Amino acid sequence: MSNSPEINIFAESELNISNKKTEGLFRILYMMMTWLLILPVATILAILVYKGGPMISFEFLFSNPIKGMTAGGIFPALIGTVWLVSVALLFSVPLGVAAAIYLSEYAKDNWFTRMINLAIINLAGVPSIVHALFGVGAFVLFFGFGTSILAASLTLGIMTLPVVIVSSYESLQAVPMAFREACWSMGATRWQTIRRIVLPNSVSGILTGVILEVSRTTGETAPIMFTGAAFFLPYLPESVFDQTMALSLHLFVVSTQVPHVPEGLPYGVALVLIGMVLTMNAASIAFRTYLRGRKKW
Amino acid sequence: MSEVSTATTGKYSIESEKLNLWYGSFQALFDVDLRIKKGIITSMIGPSGCGKSTYLRSVNRINERLGYVKITGSIKVMGQNVYAEDAELVQVRKQIGMVFQRPNPLPLSIRDNIIFGHRLHTPKSEKVSVKKEDELIENSLKQVLLWDKVKDNLKRKATELSLEEQQKLCIARLLPVKPAVILMDEPCSALDPKGTAAVEELIWELRDNYTILIVTHNMAQARRASEECIFMLMGKVVEHAPTDEMFVNPEHEETADYIEGRYG
Repeated sequence: MSNSPEINIFAESELNISNKKTEGLFRILYMMMTWLLILPVATILAILVYKGGPMISFEFLFSNPIKGMTAGGIFPALIGTVWLVSVALLFSVPLGVAAAIYLSEYAKDNWFTRMINLAIINLAGVPSIVHALFGVGAFVLFFGFGTSILAASLTLGIMTLPVVIVSSYESLQAVPMAFREACWSMGATRWQTIRRIVLPNSVSGILTGVILEVSRTTGETAPIMFTGAAFFLPYLPESVFDQTMALSLHLFVVSTQVPHVPEGLPYGVALVLIGMVLTMNAASIAFRTYLRGRKKW
Repeated sequence: MSEVSTATTGKYSIESEKLNLWYGSFQALFDVDLRIKKGIITSMIGPSGCGKSTYLRSVNRINERLGYVKITGSIKVMGQNVYAEDAELVQVRKQIGMVFQRPNPLPLSIRDNIIFGHRLHTPKSEKVSVKKEDELIENSLKQVLLWDKVKDNLKRKATELSLEEQQKLCIARLLPVKPAVILMDEPCSALDPKGTAAVEELIWELRDNYTILIVTHNMAQARRASEECIFMLMGKVVEHAPTDEMFVNPEHEETADYIEGRYG
């Protein structure tokens, strides 16, 4: 080792230069992949706004379709979707959250619990058309609900149940174990611990999962096609035993099943649908950010 | 407490007999026989993995939630076996408070933290006046020397306090339910020297009213802040003696080696 000041011991070597090149290459590669992901989403939105934007009006949103669905509005479909999603939530949220609480707070790690977890994962992987057929068999025929909002919503609920369970489970698990131990060591029962500490601190995560589920349910078409959504029903449903139109199915119908539809109409429907979904996602993110900001530990 | 139990244990708060404990197939405690005196501070020392925390966690049965733990033998607290058929877990935990290594105040206000345990054990039908709650809170916080610091903002979140204050709060919240025994699992290891001194001082203050069993890695702390000392090694009790005696004149060679820092 020389200590003479002329030799720069920090000088760049050949190896450094070639390493830097590789480094730069990968950086650009990964960045391009990310941009590629955003591209389709941006394109879809741009086309929808460009072609469907002019369709959107107060009348379009709040009047019935007329002239064999080639003109008029989408009001029954819009309301129908709200019905379907609300009833599905009423069913899947209490059930899913309860199951998540059991799995996270009560269940011991044994073969039975592992089997339940496996079932949930598998349920998430079942194609939606299979759920649709199950819905027909179980709710429409066996329970005798007929093709109705109830049958369609239950089918949607079953389909989204795994999402609710998994997201609720994750947010329950995110509550530090130390809080539970503190409660237990003071003689709190499991339920007292859940009620007073675990749930209040995981509710933001659970709600986020629920809102994500809403947006997914809104867009589903296959599960409701045979169970409760109608091709064309120019009036509003009055109870859960009625059939209803739905936005997603309406989009399918006006795009492929009906002749002489003006070009902008399907785009308009699609824009309303995606608008609903994006609004709910945005609400979910905003809500989560708000609740996170309040929480401190 | 029944008369029988007072008769048999005037002197001891915790007595374990032939206590064996397994985590799955690994045996962590071997025939641990201990009698821990009432109303004093007893410290447990020993190298990592010697079973001292395991023992502590067996006393209030908090080990139990791990499904793979198996226990034989008995632990009597105030003369009654905590593992008996008719011992209610909630009552066991109420009688035996615990302070953890890392301060774990609940994400609630200071006030709600202190009154939490009391509320747990009060039936819904029984209305506790705000005045009564305030009294309990003031008393508890005064006992842990925290009252003057926090009395003006009891609504503040307990998780925003300093670590030292958090640990004091964790001790204070045990007091309203009047436990007979307080277990402490390395209560100062997350604190700085100043915090450690303050919490040790507090533990010393509490010793007349409670039996305190404290696990520590810090031998100087065991020496300063306990009256009796237990040395454990590989799941067995090696020595149990008054602290002064053990540190000046240990009976066993292993104890001497450990105290002098030759291992652990």
